[in-house]
Amino acid sequence: MDSLELDIHLPLRSFELELALAVGRETFALVGPSGAGKTTVLRAVAGLAQPSEGRIVLGDRVLFDSRRDVDLVPEDRGVGFVFQDYALFPHLTVEQNVAYGGRSRAAELLDRFRIGHLAKARPGQLSGGERQRVGLARALARGPGILLLDEPLSALDSHTRAAVRLELKELLDELDLPVLLVTHDFQDAAVLADRVAALAEGRIRQIGTPSELITTPADAFVASFTGANVLAGTARPGAGGLTEVELDGGGVVYSVDEAEGPVEVAVYPWDVSVAHDAPDDSALNHVRGSITSLVVVGNRARVQVGGLVSEVTAASAERLGLAEGDVVTASFKAAATRLVERATSAR
Amino acid sequence: MRRRLFDGALVVATVLALTFLLLPLVAIFLRVPLGTLVSQLGSDVAVDALLVTLETNAIAQALIVLVGTPTAYFIASRQFRGRALAITLVELPLVLPPAVAGLALLAAFGRLGLLGGTFETLGVTVSFTKAAVVLAVVYVASPFYIRGAIASFEALDQPLLDASRTLGAGPARTFFRIALPLAAKGLGAAAALSFARGIGEFGATIMFAGSLQGVTQTLSLAIYAQFDLDFDVALSLGALLVVVCAAILVTVKLLPAWTRSSSTSIFPFAPSSSS
Repeated sequence: MDSLELDIHLPLRSFELELALAVGRETFALVGPSGAGKTTVLRAVAGLAQPSEGRIVLGDRVLFDSRRDVDLVPEDRGVGFVFQDYALFPHLTVEQNVAYGGRSRAAELLDRFRIGHLAKARPGQLSGGERQRVGLARALARGPGILLLDEPLSALDSHTRAAVRLELKELLDELDLPVLLVTHDFQDAAVLADRVAALAEGRIRQIGTPSELITTPADAFVASFTGANVLAGTARPGAGGLTEVELDGGGVVYSVDEAEGPVEVAVYPWDVSVAHDAPDDSALNHVRGSITSLVVVGNRARVQVGGLVSEVTAASAERLGLAEGDVVTASFKAAATRLVERATSAR
Repeated sequence: MRRRLFDGALVVATVLALTFLLLPLVAIFLRVPLGTLVSQLGSDVAVDALLVTLETNAIAQALIVLVGTPTAYFIASRQFRGRALAITLVELPLVLPPAVAGLALLAAFGRLGLLGGTFETLGVTVSFTKAAVVLAVVYVASPFYIRGAIASFEALDQPLLDASRTLGAGPARTFFRIALPLAAKGLGAAAALSFARGIGEFGATIMFAGSLQGVTQTLSLAIYAQFDLDFDVALSLGALLVVVCAAILVTVKLLPAWTRSSSTSIFPFAPSSSS
């Protein structure tokens, strides 16, 4: 069974990359802010960066082992690498690019990735989505044991991004290979990956399915990275088995999570509703403030109330007549309010 | 008013500079009728000088490209101790007075020089032969090529070289299939500059190789020799060199324009970063 196991230390300029991972026949995403060391992990697997110590094993082949002095050169590692911006050879045609790694499967791959009609074109003439397909076909031409993708969607404009993302997901799902991809965008990871590891300053904060990271974020970094509102406060046991959190910015909110002492309150924008008057409903938490910004994106509206972002349908925002400057009440349930550890340095 | 005065001053300075730079070149062609210029090129001295120049420079440029290209790739792609020193050494002949270069070559390869004894036992005499012209040209012209080649290799997109490695190509295949073709235009421009410096070589050659017609007398040396004997011949040789050098300059200007359009300098040496 093909799988990647790595456990490495690799000093970077301002911190040390230190992580252990196991990737089976699945799509695994490393997510984190830029500069977290994500790309270096891929480069270490490909042999383009040398860990100071550790071990990297792909299937039954040891690619790197500092204790046994094993360090295979990149050309012997059998990994497919799709670079950020794809790094297609500009002086070669699409066909020559794909055949560079292996001639025997080139024709089949051109067909499979629907780029046969572009065989004689140069990379400079291709659209972003086409370039990505060429990059994937090229990386697979040698029959690699794993596919590495570095920010596969960052080279695309926002217009084509969503379509290419779905297309990429379909292509990855068809592959019977471990796939390790890195992205700074949690939404991309959530669409593409079966499992996700959140990385900050060279260390993994949490590994899980995308929905696990959203429902039970391990800390404030993961919560805010997955899109949650994060408010600092101090927790103490309150009435009815609930935890009462006094927010640093003023106000009190309640959560079903148990905690005591300094915490961060995480609540996702889609769990926050907005009304002009305090609603009489089951939500226990109410924050009153004026709308500082209201942005409509497609069928959704993002409403900023004080330190909270609420996401409501554009139709609701219109029906309620919400406008910037209005004083409103943002409400969310104690059951949708997560209490997580205070973030250390990374946000 | 003040602005027009300033603009006027800029225009006057520019016209003055261009006129000064162009006038001597024009004078070469105006001094003697074109027909005379062309007929003088058929003289023995001119033909011999042309042949010596072409032969020695062809050999010298072949040596420069053959040895200079791997040298430049090594310096551009590896981090090693003394890298800055290596680059400085490559640049040293650029700032060295040619007369000193000739003297130094004589001290190293001359009959009484450092390696002269070794060469003599092998039955090889270097100084005052065609080989001496080749060595002098290589010495003064190679830094132009190597510097340009280093800049071209450094400007390569590192992910392209990395991609080649992950696709199963070793360092040698990566060099020949990716680095060399992508740097080719920059290398061509650097070679053209080096060639221009080579055919204009005078100081080091006259010190180290002498000026023997048909053996070591290149075009530049022939101009100097004919200067006292037959000014018309000197002028026609000069005209020939003007045409050749102008052609090289145009080539150098056009080469990088095919890859990038920004550069206006014939010195493609600006440090470039790769992501």
